[in-house]
Amino acid sequence: MAKKYIRNKIRHYIQGAWTVLSNGYLIGFVKGRIWQGGTKAVCVPGLNCYSCPGALGACPIGSLQAELASRSIKFPFYVTGFLLATGAIFGRFVCGFLCPFGLVQDLLYKIRTPKIKTFKGDRALRYLKYAVLVVMVILLPSLVRNDAGTGTPWFCKWICPSGTLFAGIPLLSLNADLRTLAGFIFNWKVGVLVAILALSVFLYRPFCKYLCPLGAAYALFNKASFYRLKLDESACIHCGTCARVCRMGVDPSKKPDDMECIRCGDCVKNCPTNALHAGFTACGNCKPKQVISEPADSAKAE
Amino acid sequence: MKRALPYILTAAGLIMIVIGVWGGEVATVLSRATHICLECIGIG
Repeated sequence: MAKKYIRNKIRHYIQGAWTVLSNGYLIGFVKGRIWQGGTKAVCVPGLNCYSCPGALGACPIGSLQAELASRSIKFPFYVTGFLLATGAIFGRFVCGFLCPFGLVQDLLYKIRTPKIKTFKGDRALRYLKYAVLVVMVILLPSLVRNDAGTGTPWFCKWICPSGTLFAGIPLLSLNADLRTLAGFIFNWKVGVLVAILALSVFLYRPFCKYLCPLGAAYALFNKASFYRLKLDESACIHCGTCARVCRMGVDPSKKPDDMECIRCGDCVKNCPTNALHAGFTACGNCKPKQVISEPADSAKAE
Repeated sequence: MKRALPYILTAAGLIMIVIGVWGGEVATVLSRATHICLECIGIG
């Protein structure tokens, strides 16, 4: 029983450990300033605002917009290469295990209330995050320029709830000068944050499902990443357990490579016949070595 | 081809990172990340 409890919690331990590790400049939270060391040149895989007082690395979405908005950079090779390599290795495993804002939404969903599993238009609304990636992260920062010839990080400015939660609120709480500058945009962003956090109590990871441009970028690699979910069709009894337990609305028995799968491993843990496997593969077609869990206890008992 | 795709994508990503570093893009990211991003915190 204790073993099963630990196994179920291990993802949250990894999420928590990664959040602390990548935001380890703790004195920043006391003094209201940000880390300015060289590690900030390196992107972290998850949506982790670089203006968070504790952040030791750079947010890939913020960095991509910074490169696109720059006058001097023709093409953002550095951040595009980072997203390509990270996506090819991990896919949306990053969303499930290495994103601080994903952890926040996971924890809020644990509050005991009636839950909304799906709704009419749910699947269509998932495409919105791709529009956010293309329009807010790529096109607007690249094309809309000020008199000096530089662009604006539109996603960070108008949407990013991670920036508001991990950077805006802590920095403005600790810095009176910054507080005097807060106006409509700050209130708007707090409104977006509150709406997303409130929705997260009833609906699993609404930001990841509908708005996150980083999740959209990694989703493109779910079919071709080293980290994969694989179905052993000879072992699958089509009981539907995996689809029932999936909070992202995926049916792994039909589409283990679904772009919406964040590789949380709930389906693997609950599969009664151990037909699903999650882990790193050495190639695109072979079965991954199982790394997340052992067969469900009920199957073991049988 | 499908078997090789993760390798090709990872290699392409790493090559692009090297090109980016070589082209001085790291300085842009570092500069942006080491100053408080006013847009990110909602006052820009």
